[in-house]
Amino acid sequence: MANFLDKHKTKVVLFNQQYRNKKRLRTQKVDIPENLFTKCPFCQEILLTEAVEENDFVCPHCGKYFQLRARKRLEMLTDEDSFQELFQNLSSANPLDFPDYEDKINKIRKETGETEAFIAGKATIGGEKVALGVLDSYFLMGSMGSVVGEKVTRLIEVSIDERLPLVIVSASGGARMQEGIFSLMQMAKTAALLARHHEAGLFYLSVLTHPTTGGVSASFAMLGDVIIAEKDALIGFAGKRVISQTIKEDLPDGFQTAGFLLEKGMLDMVVDRKDLKPTIAKLLHFHAGGEAHV
Amino acid sequence: MSETGNAWAKVQLARHPKRPTAKTALKALAPDFLELKGDRFYANDDAIIGGIGTVGGIVMTIIAEEKGTTLEEKIQNHFGMPHPEGYRKVMRLVRQAEKFHRPVLFLIDTPGAYPGVEAEARGQAEAIASSLRLLFSVKTPLIAAVLSEGGSGGALAIGIADYLLMFENATYSILSPEGFAAILYKDASLAKDVAQNMKLTAQDLYGYGIIDEIISEPGGGWHLDNAGPLRKLEESVIREARKLMLLDSQTLLDKRQAKFRRHGIYHEENS
Repeated sequence: MANFLDKHKTKVVLFNQQYRNKKRLRTQKVDIPENLFTKCPFCQEILLTEAVEENDFVCPHCGKYFQLRARKRLEMLTDEDSFQELFQNLSSANPLDFPDYEDKINKIRKETGETEAFIAGKATIGGEKVALGVLDSYFLMGSMGSVVGEKVTRLIEVSIDERLPLVIVSASGGARMQEGIFSLMQMAKTAALLARHHEAGLFYLSVLTHPTTGGVSASFAMLGDVIIAEKDALIGFAGKRVISQTIKEDLPDGFQTAGFLLEKGMLDMVVDRKDLKPTIAKLLHFHAGGEAHV
Repeated sequence: MSETGNAWAKVQLARHPKRPTAKTALKALAPDFLELKGDRFYANDDAIIGGIGTVGGIVMTIIAEEKGTTLEEKIQNHFGMPHPEGYRKVMRLVRQAEKFHRPVLFLIDTPGAYPGVEAEARGQAEAIASSLRLLFSVKTPLIAAVLSEGGSGGALAIGIADYLLMFENATYSILSPEGFAAILYKDASLAKDVAQNMKLTAQDLYGYGIIDEIISEPGGGWHLDNAGPLRKLEESVIREARKLMLLDSQTLLDKRQAKFRRHGIYHEENS
């Protein structure tokens, strides 16, 4: 390893300058690396980027999961070249005229290359057609404002109109604060369409990834016919900080982890990242029709 | 009072220690109110009172968030912050109302759903989400009124209605101003400054088409005349319930879903 590092001394120095002084948090985001090396935010091990990518963005050293960009998630879950994106023409306005909101949106759009925090479309997974949406936690914490709510709603409508199963992969801190009451109303709007979806007898699979909290968990994310969570995901309604500050309660170990929710009966299963696609495909297959009671 | 130059003043009026709570409204609207307790799964949550009563000759299911008035009661009611069993009681009583074709009246007054270890363990998010979806599928008229504080998902979970009223000095928002300031600026003490930008007053929300009617209060707030605003609320509830009771159940449901389907402001480029 030492020889190897010597050869790439310049890159390592640059890398260290870029990452060394950053605060190391459980939820720290790791840029999808364009560099040769990437550092695990959990165990601090310097890793070959290629090795991280080949391991589905799971640290080969400590086994912890890096957060994924929505595009990467789509690539990992869908059959090759099957994804057709929808509703890219929707973008955020500033409904409350909230100070600095537009600047914030413009900045994050440039940084991420995405128009908003939710990517919606149609695809096949294991050969089964689906209406599929993925939240991007790198876009303002995957928070739900009018655009995210509208895209989720339209995706549910596509699912109803074309009688496709619906799969939504959540990764969100909850409400988009800068859109205030309009953000709150997206919880209602998505739930309204899910009531119709339910009535239509269609399958909805909700996949919870790190993190799924607040207004997203308290609306469409917890309304799946089947709810599966990716290993290590943080899932809850209120944030840990809010709970410990307002209620002055000590939080038990593993509180709000996928394992905690599974134990409390809130999830159907917790799945390793590598097993996510085959599990989704299997569930879609089970719901794809065939012989059934009349 | 000016239209929106007074958001923080309204936040304070909505939380005024002398402001009546839902109990007062219940007594005035339905003197024969009979409480029905429990979610049939786990517990009874006193943060939400549910039951049956007659409002202007119409037998209704009434569900109200109650903060409590004495210290003992406030503690018992968790200051009006419901646990999952509260929302599960709501769902039970709403299904019951549908079965017996009773309109439902929701009275909203909560800082938010209870944020705590037990609430999370029993599925606060699931309870709120399920309540939202249920209220979009029950075929009986739903009327809701925000009496004082409409805090976040805890208010929305009983705020899906065919007709939504709000008291003049009530607030309805994504989060309390304190929580909002803590999240956006890491400083809860900026609550007073952010309140204005949150657009949480009844006047703001009427302008946005989120609410259907404002119940006016005396100049200094509801606590200066308990009965007056409640008489206006009663009139409106009876009037709207009568209208809604004439709609066939599918029309009622379609209109309710369509009403919430419209909420949201965004740009759409031609594609």
